[in-house]
This record gives sequence, C-alpha cells and structure tokens, in this order.
Amino acid sequence: MSPARVTLAIAGSCVALAGLVLVAFSAGRFPVAAGDLASVLWAGLTGIEHGLDPTIETVVLKIRGPRVAAALLIGAALAAAGAAYQNMFRNPLVSPDILGVSAGAAVGAVLGIFLSLNVIMIQSLAFAFGLGAVALVYFTANAVRGHDPLLVLVLAGVVVGALLGACVALMKYLADPYNQLPAITFWLLGSIASTAPEDVWSTLPLMLLGLIPMWLLRWRINLLSLDDEEARALGVETGRIRLAAIAAATLMTSAAVAISGVIGWIGLVIPHFARMLVGPDFSRLLPTSVLLGAAFLLAVDTLARTVARIEIPLGVLTAFVGTPLFLWQLATARRGWQ
Amino acid sequence: MRLEARHLDFGYRGKRVGSDVSLSLEAGEVLCLLGPNGSGKTTLFKTLLGLLPAQGGRVLIDEVDLTMRARDEIARLVSYVPQAHAAFFPFTVEEVVLMGRTAHLGVFSSPSRRDREAALAAIARMRIEHLAGSIYTRISGGERQLTLIARALAQDAKIVVMDEPTANLDFGNQVRVLEHIQALARAGMGVLLSTHDPDHVFICADRVAMLHEGRLARLGAPAATVTPESLREIYGVEVAVVQVGVGGGVQRQVCVPRGPAAGGQN
Repeated sequence: MSPARVTLAIAGSCVALAGLVLVAFSAGRFPVAAGDLASVLWAGLTGIEHGLDPTIETVVLKIRGPRVAAALLIGAALAAAGAAYQNMFRNPLVSPDILGVSAGAAVGAVLGIFLSLNVIMIQSLAFAFGLGAVALVYFTANAVRGHDPLLVLVLAGVVVGALLGACVALMKYLADPYNQLPAITFWLLGSIASTAPEDVWSTLPLMLLGLIPMWLLRWRINLLSLDDEEARALGVETGRIRLAAIAAATLMTSAAVAISGVIGWIGLVIPHFARMLVGPDFSRLLPTSVLLGAAFLLAVDTLARTVARIEIPLGVLTAFVGTPLFLWQLATARRGWQ
Repeated sequence: MRLEARHLDFGYRGKRVGSDVSLSLEAGEVLCLLGPNGSGKTTLFKTLLGLLPAQGGRVLIDEVDLTMRARDEIARLVSYVPQAHAAFFPFTVEEVVLMGRTAHLGVFSSPSRRDREAALAAIARMRIEHLAGSIYTRISGGERQLTLIARALAQDAKIVVMDEPTANLDFGNQVRVLEHIQALARAGMGVLLSTHDPDHVFICADRVAMLHEGRLARLGAPAATVTPESLREIYGVEVAVVQVGVGGGVQRQVCVPRGPAAGGQN
C-alpha cells in the first residue's frame, strides 16, 4: 500500500464526511439554506446574535444537531469496534456483537420497556447488560482451558447470544401487544430519530474511552491477527492485549447500542470496506474505518428521514443501501480478504 | 548466550508428549532435531520458547528460568520461525518482517524509522528485497519461509528456533534455507531447527538430537550420531550412510534407503 494512496483515501473520506455533515444539516422537511446554516453554527460557537428566525436555530441545533452528532459517533464506534474484532478474530464474518454485546443490550432495553421504565433507565440498562453479556462471555471462555482461546471466545459468544435472544423472545411474548411490543420492535430496528443532546454528551466520553486505548494499542492489535502462539513468540502478551481490545470495543459498542438500538451491518462491513482501501495495518485501518463508518451512518440516516414521507428504520436502510455498495466494491477491489 | 532444557517434561495438561529431555544450545551453534512424525518436536520447541508451560523440569536462558522472564524479554532473546503458514490478512512482506520488532517496542508504541530500517536490513540479509512490497498471502511457500526467517532476524535475538524450515519447500529453496542457517551461525547466532531429512543434519548442523517417542534417543556430533543403527531405531527403516565427495576435496555423508531387497539381506 503506497503512502500516497492511503493519504488520498483518508483525505477523501474527510472531505466526503464534511460535505455530508453540511447536507445532513440542510436537508429535511424544513430545508435550511447554506448561508443560514453557517450563521446559526457561527452564532452557536461565538454567542453573537444571528438575527434569523428562531425556528431555524431550533431545527439546526436542537433537532438536527444531536441527530447528526449521534450518527457520526455511532457509525464511527461500530466501525472501529468491528475493525478491532475482525483483526482479533481473523474472520470477515465478525461484527462488534460477536461476543454478545448487542444481544445483552437488547435484553437490557427490552427489560426496561417491559418494566415501563423511563428512557434514561432503558438506556442505562441496555448499556449495563451489553457490558455484562461480554464480561460473562469473556470469563466463561477464560474458565475453559485446553482449547484455542479464540475459538472458545467465539463459541461462548454465540451460545450466550442465543440464550439472550431467547430472553428477548420471551419478553416480547409476554409484553403488552399494544404498547410495549411496538416499542420493543422499534428499539430492535435501531433508530437515532429521538436522540437528545444529553445522549450525545453522555456517549461521547465512553466512545473516547474506547477509541483512545484502541489507537494506542494499534501495533499490538495488528499482531493479534497472527496465530496466538506466534504473536506470543514475537513478544506480545496476547491475553492482556486481547482483553484490552475487547474492553475498548465493548465500551464503544454498548454505548452506541444504548442510544440507538441495534444497528447491524456497519460494524460488519465498513471495516472490510476500509481494509480494501488502505490495507490491513491497524494504524491506517482504524482511522479509515472511523471516518467511513461515521460518513456512512450519517448518509443513511439523512436518507432515512428525507426520501419518504415516513421515516425508514435505520437498521433496514443501512442494509438496503450498504449491500449493493459493498458487493460492488468487493467485485472491483484489489485486496481485502485472501 | 545459552538456551537449556533440564530434565524437561513437555506436553499439554493431561497429555504428556515427552519427558526427561536435557539439551542445550549456545549462540553460534546449529543444533538439529530429528524425529519421526508425532515424536513431539513441535511441542518441545513450543515448551522451549515458553509458549507451553513445562510439565516438569526447567527451561533456562543464561541460567535464568523462563518462567521468571516476561514475554517480550524472552522474545528479545529467542526468536521463533513457525512452519510457513497461510496468513489471515494481506499484510505486505515488509509489514510482516516489521512485526519482528514488536518485542523492542513499548506496549503503546508503533515501529519507528529505526525499526523500519532494521526490518529492511533483515529483508536484505535474506535477499528478498524484491518481495518487500508484495502481499504476504500471495507469495509462494518458499518466499513465505524466507520472510518468516527475515522476521526472526528483525527480532534481533541471539537464538532462533525453526520448526521444520525446509518442510514444503522445493529442492532449491531447501538448499537456500540451509545455507542461510549456516550463515546465521557464522554470524554468531544459535540455531535450533527440526527437520525430516537426515541429510540436512550433515549439511548444516554442529550437533544433532534425535527424539523418539518423546525421549531423547541420541545427542551428539552428526557423524557419530546419525548412523544406520540410530536411523533404524527411530524411523524403523534400513538406511545406508555413505560418504560422497561434494567437490573441493570435501567429503560429506548422505543417507540412502536400502530398499526392500537390500534391507531383506541385511
């Protein structure tokens, strides 16, 4: 991979992302002109009066602002976690929820809805159950000795995920079909339509808390893609690095899932997409995945609220938009999985 | 520097593979390990590298037990060349070799320019500069083997353990790898390798260890150790060991199977 190509890919992603942010702020049921958008954002930064209709300010800062920020954060987090996991598990079918984080979060959120708790409690339960599910998987796998540690982790993730899926199914079955069941179904489809500014502010530190160690460990994470014994012979404490990477990825994913519900596809496919662009080295793969993930979710969310009279569920649209895009890239790319 | 196994029992928990193996290797020396399939060569190597815990006895580097040393410290002293394998990601050859520098980096560090230079020097030493930008998953088995040896060189350890470095290589690549091994020993490195071909012992080894059913059957100089008797004992076949001139007045032993007819009369 030539450095020029990498720089081009990353610079291109940055430009695309900036453009998308502008489009996302302007487009919608209430279009905002570019000039108005600029003055509102400038006013927001400096505190100077913009002298425009207050409705414009409300739309930009209170309605679209949190939603744009949430799309960027969640897309970036899911793609980063997916990139780390695919490296670690050496498998293209791996997504951030391989260790049960989404299944755990779903149980937490559905339980919250089932018990008619408020939104903050539902989000907290989703976050806590997501972390708890991965911890359960990790410690179960650690207790089993004498097998390939990665294989045991994935198997433990799959079976714990299945158990949690059964819990969700049970609660759906027992839930009130007129009030709770639609809310549960809606949550499981994933949406950031009702993101509040507080959601963004509470999620941001958690995401950084995951992203920063992942960036610092970028070289060691490269070596996790080798055979476990080979990596240890090269001087890597694989157990510790793997635990750190899992903790970082889980923190980011459960923070994302807690405010958005289950959004699949991104963590599975965006890292793969990024790898085709810049190669497997995690120091290039991570920033590229973050940029592409953020840009992709923002683009899809903007489409979700503009193309039709009703809002299209995000989880559905990501797959509808992403799959053909991905297949096209897969057919034309020079490198990726071998 | 000295890598030593003292009354070493090795294997997995609940499954002993070999026992009571004592051997040592000095820097600058080539020790070749012979043994049939399933005799425990790879398991022994992994135990010597600390990748598997010793089931009994000790592994020492310069008289300090392996269990007293951190993973990256061991990696700075002993490097490992596993059997050429399929990699999972399309890293370039240069990136793969650069991974050999990891033991010299802090946990949060990435390779510096000096590490890149060390990697390129290792690549040059194996004479595979033309492969530096190639994708590791797309090169041949022989090229991968050379890449993994370059990675071990970049690791800059005094002793290197190679698990069947000539397996799956064509004839020319086998000879090339053996020549590289001799060159490493001349440059002061200790090389411990396993092989399936007793002729390789005569080409490159200073000493040979023969592993049979998990026990050290023989240990000594090649000419005195690799004999028709010892080969019959560990492989169960009849072999003649004969001297041939290889040019320049140099004589070398080679092993020749007797075949069913000759073996029957012996």
